[in-house]
Amino acid sequence: MELENKKIKIQAKNLNVYYGAKQALFNINLEINQKEVTALIGPSGCGKSTFIRCINRMNDVIDICKVDGSIEIDGSEINDKKVDVVMLREKIGMVFQKPNPFPKSIYDNIAYGPIIHGLAEEKNQMDNIVETSLKKAALWDEVKDRLDEPGTSLSGGQQQRLCIARALSVSPEVILMDEPCSALDPIATAKIEELIDELKKSYTIVIVTHSMAQAVRVSQKTGFFHMGKIIEVDSTDKIFKNPSNKMTQDYITGRFG
Amino acid sequence: MTKEERLKKRYNSEKRFKFYGILSVSLAMIFVLVLIQNIVSKGSSAFSRTTIEVDIIYNANLLEIEGPITKEALNNAEFYDLSVESILKIFPSQNAKEERQVLRLFSPDFEYEVKRVLSKKPNKINDIVPIRLTASDDVDQLNKGNFPRDLPEDRRRVSNFQLNIYDNLVEQDKIGKKFNDYFFTKGDSRDPELAGIGGSLMGSFFTIVICLILSFPIAIMASIYLEEFAPKNKITDFIEININNLAAVPSIVYGLLGLGILLSVMEFPRSTPLVAGITLSLMTLPRIIIPCRASLKAVPPSIREAALSVGASKFQTVFHHVVPLAMPGTLSGTIIGLAQALGETAPLILIGMVAFVVDIPGTPVDPSASLPVQVFLWSEQAERGFVEKTSATIMMLLGFLIVMNFIAVYLRQKFEKKWN
Repeated sequence: MELENKKIKIQAKNLNVYYGAKQALFNINLEINQKEVTALIGPSGCGKSTFIRCINRMNDVIDICKVDGSIEIDGSEINDKKVDVVMLREKIGMVFQKPNPFPKSIYDNIAYGPIIHGLAEEKNQMDNIVETSLKKAALWDEVKDRLDEPGTSLSGGQQQRLCIARALSVSPEVILMDEPCSALDPIATAKIEELIDELKKSYTIVIVTHSMAQAVRVSQKTGFFHMGKIIEVDSTDKIFKNPSNKMTQDYITGRFG
Repeated sequence: MTKEERLKKRYNSEKRFKFYGILSVSLAMIFVLVLIQNIVSKGSSAFSRTTIEVDIIYNANLLEIEGPITKEALNNAEFYDLSVESILKIFPSQNAKEERQVLRLFSPDFEYEVKRVLSKKPNKINDIVPIRLTASDDVDQLNKGNFPRDLPEDRRRVSNFQLNIYDNLVEQDKIGKKFNDYFFTKGDSRDPELAGIGGSLMGSFFTIVICLILSFPIAIMASIYLEEFAPKNKITDFIEININNLAAVPSIVYGLLGLGILLSVMEFPRSTPLVAGITLSLMTLPRIIIPCRASLKAVPPSIREAALSVGASKFQTVFHHVVPLAMPGTLSGTIIGLAQALGETAPLILIGMVAFVVDIPGTPVDPSASLPVQVFLWSEQAERGFVEKTSATIMMLLGFLIVMNFIAVYLRQKFEKKWN
């Protein structure tokens, strides 16, 4: 199968996550291939968001959250004490459910990441980064004349693309998307999906989605989560056409969830 | 109950609620208006003072100057005899008792008022110089219409003789009114016409500056640490509860603390803005920390996530994004905390700010009064002149508080960033 030819970018092994006494993820084993879109589907509260927040250690900020097990990126463990989260998050960008631009200008939104990582030394280098990032996020043409306007003045879809551009500005290798289209209308959603299709040529993308149609449209591989467990992982084609698990079958045909 | 009846009942209860709301707002407004009307009507007359014009005969022989009359000699000269001689000429007196009564129409500072004008005019020697001298409190109140004239003489502060002189002076158009600059420039005094808020204004200013310098940085740092960095455990819970408790501690307790530690143990100078500022900053700290933490908490978590996800450290996230966004709320909380400190009286009484201080403080370690304590001090005085002074001081204090609150609201609205 074509799946096996792909290089594995992220590998989760026996991952358990607890929020206080409550266990949110049970023994997750998942391989995410390089330069491919992996979709995570499942009913609300099944742990898909918790899982992708483990990949860039976003769960660190939650005091009561405890992560157990291993996640390797390019073969190196990220849950290790020695790993610096700042460097990790430079490598792994994230886009959230609700567009969350900084209440600053469009330019400053993009420039913030490169500034704190010292990626540009001169003004024109920074201009370059901003322009490339916005172009990659397919937003440049819409905002090139108003880079000084606040990012919050854009429409919802544009804000989300701004957030994608912001994630791209520090040249990550992986982009995590946590239901990036759930707050957007169908036209904005279509644009983001088109963008994801383009981005997968250079980035590894993990997307959490509630829309099964979206998973079919954008992803090559799909993982089905239920009650904190992975029920089934396979190529998107297989999951939606011929799932091997009865529960997956029920979920994708809309019998529950 | 039918559908129509239920609908009617619902509408009625809405109407009733609206009525109660309007009623309570109007009641509150009436109370505020009555308060302000009362203070303004009593206090506005304090901004003018009554003067009596006297033709001063510049008789150099009465100056007790030995040698040539130079500018320097004039500066050291005694103008008392000269002033008295001219003042007694405004009305013929039969005996020493009547002379005293004439002099008592003027404020006891008349000698210096005369000196201030004449010592600059050596060329006018042996001329007659008309000078508007400040009238005594009794004449001032009489002129402002606060003393009823139809009382029997033994129940009046102004004798028939003095009343006669006053009427005579009014006829000659010698009685005048001018803007009361003394009220703003002078310190406290036993004579109402010479008492001013200059000293207490400076005292309050130094106090608030010290309070700001001490409490603002500490409160900001404490709230940032507690809100953003401190682990959430029993100790931080305990600290949080105690901060909330401290904000509710009666202010006089802080006064006792200042008295017990700052004055008794550390032996800081008594009655000074330094001690007042430190004491009030203890009181203000929890009152600033609480709104600061609230405004930090109000910054949406999505902003923190956004910063963290592009690889900002915790420190960068807090200081590049969260703190700037919380600044408007923080600043307005600080200003409101300081406004409360400005109006605080009880703790200052305990640390000795009630002392009678005539001199205007030049530094925070000089003994001084403060505006609210000045109100307290003057409200106890018997003289009619202090009544208007008290109300006028309240007006000044309220003015400062309103300005500070206005700045707080302005900052909040101007710099509050909108996010969805």
